[in-house]
Amino acid sequence: MVDFGFELSSSKRIDLDSFDSDLFLKLKAESGKITECIACGSCTSSCSAGIFTLVNFRKTILLIERGKNEEAIELIKGCMLCGKCTLVCPRGINTREIILSINQYYKKERF
Amino acid sequence: MEGDVLVIGGGAAGMETASRISDFNRNVILIEKEQELGGHILKWDRLFPDGIPASDVTKNLKESLGSTKVLLGCYITSIEKREDSNFFAQLNSGETIKCSSVIFATGFKLFPAQKKQEYGYGLYERVITNADLETRFKKGEGLGKDAPKRIGFVHCVGSRDEKICNNQCSKLCCITAVKQAIELKQLYPFAEIFCFYMDLRMYGRGYEDLYLEAQSKYEIRFIRGRVSEISQEQSGLVIVKAEDTLASRPLKITLDWVVLMAGIISERENDYLSQQLSLQLGEDGFIDSVDPIQKTNQTNIAGVFVTGSASGPKTLPEVINEARSTALSVNEYLNKIKNG
Repeated sequence: MVDFGFELSSSKRIDLDSFDSDLFLKLKAESGKITECIACGSCTSSCSAGIFTLVNFRKTILLIERGKNEEAIELIKGCMLCGKCTLVCPRGINTREIILSINQYYKKERF
Repeated sequence: MEGDVLVIGGGAAGMETASRISDFNRNVILIEKEQELGGHILKWDRLFPDGIPASDVTKNLKESLGSTKVLLGCYITSIEKREDSNFFAQLNSGETIKCSSVIFATGFKLFPAQKKQEYGYGLYERVITNADLETRFKKGEGLGKDAPKRIGFVHCVGSRDEKICNNQCSKLCCITAVKQAIELKQLYPFAEIFCFYMDLRMYGRGYEDLYLEAQSKYEIRFIRGRVSEISQEQSGLVIVKAEDTLASRPLKITLDWVVLMAGIISERENDYLSQQLSLQLGEDGFIDSVDPIQKTNQTNIAGVFVTGSASGPKTLPEVINEARSTALSVNEYLNKIKNG
C-alpha cells in the first residue's frame, strides 16, 4: 500500500445503536445501583491512586455503560482496592465491589 | 360594568387570586380569552411529582370562584388609568369595565419548538413536544399501539439559549421530563428511555426522589449533553446526535420517538397592555416586580398587580401560593385607597 504519510483514525464516537452491553448488564444485575450514578466525581477525587495514575472510577462505569469496555478497564488498572470511593459515594454505590466484579468478568485477580 | 378588581387571565393564577379576593367581599371580574377556564393545565394529564390529575386541580379552582364574575372569550383591547386612580378597560365585546385594581395573571407561552429547526419539530412525525405527549396521555393514546423500543427526551428546548433570545431556565421541564419518562416506562416496560440534559435541576421536595426512582426502578438513562441535531431515517426513525460531555465524546443514537421539552417563555401577546399602562417588563419579557423579594406581586404602577408565571416560570403550588399572597396585597391596596 502506498504510504501517503498519514492514516485514518478510527471513530471515537459512542454509537448507542450497536455496542457491547454485556458487562454493563452483568454489573447492573449484580448491583442494580450502578444505574444510580450521578457522575459527581467524588470517587475520583477521593482516589489516592488517581493522583498518580489514570484511575478514574466515574469514567470507568460511564464507559462501560457506553460499551467502551477496553478503555474502561484502562482506568481502573492502578486501583489499590482501598475502598475510599465506596465511603464517599453519595448514592451509596458499592464501587469497590463493582471493581472486583469487573476483574472477575475478565477472569483476572487484579488489573 | 363596574368592580373592585379586574383579573386578566383565567388560568390557575387568575382563578385562585379571584376566588381569594372574593373572600374579602370584593367584586371581582375575571376575564379569560378562551371559552373555558383553566389555562395551560387544561392540556395536562397528571402533575409532578405525585401524579395528581390536572383536572382535579382545575375543578377545585373553578368551584372556589365564589361570587367572581367570569367573562369567557373576552380580552382587553385598551386600558387606561385615570387620575382618580380608577382603571377603564375596553373589552373586545364592546363592554367597558371600571375598576380600582388590575391583576395581570396572563401566564406564559410554551416555546414554539419548530423555532429550533435543527430538532425537526413539525417536519418529522416522531419528534413531538412535552405538551403533545401530555395530550396523548390525556387521550389515552400514549405513543401508539406498537410499543416503541427506544425513546429520547431532549431537555432545555427553548431554555437557556441565547440563539432564540431566551436565557432563563424554565425550571419545570427537568422534573416534567422525569415524570413523563416514568409514565412512558410504565406504559411500555420494555422501552429504553434516554434523557439528554445540560444540568438536572431537581430543586423541589420529592423531585430528587423521583429522579433516583427513574434511575433505579425505571432504568431511565441520563446522558449529559445538549442535542445538536435530529435527523430522520428513511424508515421514519430519528437519529439524535449529541456530545456525551461526561465521556468527552460525540454520540449517536437511533430512536423511535423524541420528546422535546419545550420551555416557558413570556407571553408577548399582552405587551400592548403593559405599554398602555407603562408597566415595566424585564429583558426576558416577563413583568417586573417593584421589589423582587418582599413585593413580588406589585408592579411599578400603583393598583396594577402581577401574579403567577406572568412574572417568570413557576410551579403550580408556587402559583397558587403567590395568588393567595396577591389577594392579600390587593385587599390592602383597596383598603388604603378607600381610606385615602
